[in-house]
Amino acid sequence: MSVRRLAPAEVQPASFAFSPENEAWAATVIAKFPAGKQASAVIPFLMRAQEQEGWVSKAAIEAIAARLGMKLIRVLEVATFYTQFQLAPVGKVAHIQVCGTTPCMLAGSEAIIKVCKKRIAAHAHELSADGKFSWEEVECLGACVNAPMVAVDRDTYEDLTPESFAAILDAFERGETPKPGPQNGRVGSEPIGGATVLTDPGLDDGSFRINIVTAAAAQPKNG
Amino acid sequence: MLHDRDRIFTNIYGLKDKSLKGAMARGSWDGTKAILEQGRDWIIDQIKASGLKGRGGAGFPTGLKWSFMPKVSDGRPHYLVVNADESEPGTCKDRDILRNDPHHLVEGCLIASFAMGANAAYIYVRGEFIREREALQRAIDEAYDAKLIGKDNIHGWPFDLYVHHGAGAYICGEETALLESLEGKKGQPRLKPPFPANAGLWGCPTTVNNVESIAVSPTILRRSAAWFSSIGRPNNNGTKLFMISGHVNKPCVVEEEMGIPFKELIEKHAGGIRGGWDNLLAVIPGGASCPAVRADQIMDAQMDFDGMRAIGSSFGTGGLIVMDKSTDIIKAIARISYFFRHESCGQCTPCREGTGWMWRVLERFAKGEAEPAEIDMLFQVTKQIEGHTICALGDAAAWPVQALIRNFRPVIEERIAAAKAARRVAAE
Repeated sequence: MSVRRLAPAEVQPASFAFSPENEAWAATVIAKFPAGKQASAVIPFLMRAQEQEGWVSKAAIEAIAARLGMKLIRVLEVATFYTQFQLAPVGKVAHIQVCGTTPCMLAGSEAIIKVCKKRIAAHAHELSADGKFSWEEVECLGACVNAPMVAVDRDTYEDLTPESFAAILDAFERGETPKPGPQNGRVGSEPIGGATVLTDPGLDDGSFRINIVTAAAAQPKNG
Repeated sequence: MLHDRDRIFTNIYGLKDKSLKGAMARGSWDGTKAILEQGRDWIIDQIKASGLKGRGGAGFPTGLKWSFMPKVSDGRPHYLVVNADESEPGTCKDRDILRNDPHHLVEGCLIASFAMGANAAYIYVRGEFIREREALQRAIDEAYDAKLIGKDNIHGWPFDLYVHHGAGAYICGEETALLESLEGKKGQPRLKPPFPANAGLWGCPTTVNNVESIAVSPTILRRSAAWFSSIGRPNNNGTKLFMISGHVNKPCVVEEEMGIPFKELIEKHAGGIRGGWDNLLAVIPGGASCPAVRADQIMDAQMDFDGMRAIGSSFGTGGLIVMDKSTDIIKAIARISYFFRHESCGQCTPCREGTGWMWRVLERFAKGEAEPAEIDMLFQVTKQIEGHTICALGDAAAWPVQALIRNFRPVIEERIAAAKAARRVAAE
């Protein structure tokens, strides 16, 4: 397990509040759960706080505990247990999450991390000199056939080489949002050069559609 | 090789229309009402007869699992919870279902919920799948708008479907940890019994199923149990999404028949092994927790539950991690140990302490900084972890290490001997 602590007091903001849009969104999340079970919303709330502020502060944890009627320790537990929550400020432009687990490692994630160390900061979770970037190595992000890959904000950049990854950093540097997804020309998880399956036109013209239940109902009943 | 007409996921790559309209043109939501009209028992019997085994890794028969739910409610609501916390290294199929072919899942949720007397279902998507979650929500919104689901839908079974998410914890793929997380707590697995079918989400009867298991069920019911069970071989029925990562020429996801020979799967879809078949070193056949096997062990194997068991590994999720001879197998397994160390929830001592211990020893093995006697000691320690924890994460962490020692022991011994020789030379 990973030991995670809140950021030191000097970087903690004094207060936290959801923006009006996020307040409206919060009500829709609570409505997903039966009455009295609003604690279920704690992970989405912390995540939305992180999207709003860039990271999860002590003030946000306290505000969310109060909002959901939860004991502070319960929300602290959740914030420190789940590693997607950033407990300290991250790069203002992009926080690069490099998948380093074995499938990505086999495909070259170590070279991607090397680029991060050279271009961003020597250590994970350390801000770049201009405060724009930070990086960390994360565990399997579930895009193994498109390895190596990184996640930035809501998007993933896949099938990377050190060169294509550097180009992505360049684009962020220029204030652009680079095109997410595979960087080697393929669309998704199909083999590069074209899919080996799902090419039969029968799939699209309905000729493969079978429904034994409705077909049986359409049959005239015997005597 | 499986014919396209027998593939369930007709838009797994997202190259076609992903909307509800597109999915319906390819057969989704066709005669769903007629299926529900066959009744709960018929549906469960069909899923049982199809031979479908859970696609999340453990391979528990899906129909049997559904039958564990109480037939009559005692007043508590029933829930279906779909496990989309896909995090097993080497596994990336649910991601493609969620983002490209989600309507199978939405329809499956309605049918499975009906079969288990549930009027609400939650899909728990791993926190990092943000675009995937958005795509799934779009599909659900379309289904609501078309009155396919909802309190007052055309199928006559009031049903609400909600998307929830985690925040980066592999352990939440364990069903009771997932339920804890869905209740707003740390994802630490529960002691069983009680099993979720008796006391699950908020203490109510709950069934947790993998995305793929639920998503294939509408097609099975439409095409018939006999159709599904005719694919593959007995005890290993149906089609399966395979994920081929690592040192192949064309890594990909592909739906194939269960039991497809390993060589055929790699040749036909993944473009062969990088550097040719002689360059194959090892394969982890079903996600990181499955024991790694040598090339000679897997070369002629069939890719299914029994096929992988026969070579001392397991089928897991169907995610193959292929390693060629350039791979440092000790380092590759050490990285898996690091993963489990990172993801242990910390609840049980053997796992919390043992996963870190195994990782540290393997890091030394990778450098050869060890004594040969430590190999057996490490093996012994893995046996102290395996089977001594509340959930299977301890086992999952122990198996790859055991397999490394079982199948690649000479590599470790040579590494230690070489390091020793180098130290001797340096001393002289």
